[in-house]
Amino acid sequence: MSTQASETSVHNSIVVEAPIERAFSVFTDGFGSFKPPEHNLLDVEIAETVFEPRVGGHLYDRGVDGSECRWARVLAFEPPNRVVFSWDISPRWQIETDLDKTSEVEVRFIAEAPDRTRVELEHRNLDRHGEGWEAARDGVGGDQGWPLYLDRFAGQLAV
Amino acid sequence: MQTYRTDGLTALADPTRRAIFERLADRPRAVGELASELPVSRPAVSQHLKVLKDARLVVDERVGTRRIYQLDPDGLAVLRGYLDHFWDQALAGYKTAVEQQTKESS
Repeated sequence: MSTQASETSVHNSIVVEAPIERAFSVFTDGFGSFKPPEHNLLDVEIAETVFEPRVGGHLYDRGVDGSECRWARVLAFEPPNRVVFSWDISPRWQIETDLDKTSEVEVRFIAEAPDRTRVELEHRNLDRHGEGWEAARDGVGGDQGWPLYLDRFAGQLAV
Repeated sequence: MQTYRTDGLTALADPTRRAIFERLADRPRAVGELASELPVSRPAVSQHLKVLKDARLVVDERVGTRRIYQLDPDGLAVLRGYLDHFWDQALAGYKTAVEQQTKESS
């Protein structure tokens, strides 16, 4: 796994021992099978994560009590080569309803061999979340601002 | 365009630096204050602050004779550090999932 970073984006890539079609279908259809469990904006445990396989669809979590959280919109869906979705989660760990303040994730699948696929991921336009940071810093503070985020961050680092 | 450098995640992997960072999230502080609150020497605090500053997690400002540190207001480095780690974990899990299915179906 390699990691690269620029000012407003994050790059990650990985090579998997699988044909490109399978690599694509597991990433999309199976998103819920590998998504880190702390990625959950619901109040309850997640029963399933759905990746709707079409432009205009959503990525959403359904909780065990039937509640739903739509946290991404599918912006491009081109099996088995490419998928792009938005990241509608604010730095305060809430659903961002102002679409101008959301970032996006592009995932490309490149066949290196019949049974080997390189997956390149770019999470970009992170600066669009900017105003959320200012609100978190200036305002509300307490549980709504930095501390909430830091708990989550520290929790991940401790894994 | 792309350059490698100390990112937020690496900088925050150290527990003392994380403690400093969390205190600065609470409010801006001077080096001396941090040193008095933590079980580390003042020069050590200065070193840690330098790493946090290089990672662009904190900024400093001279006020009279003191230098006051606070979190970088735009917070971009923190968000990047978080997401970098998030996708690292997700892709590692993804690799396991995809290769397991491939093995089972072959």
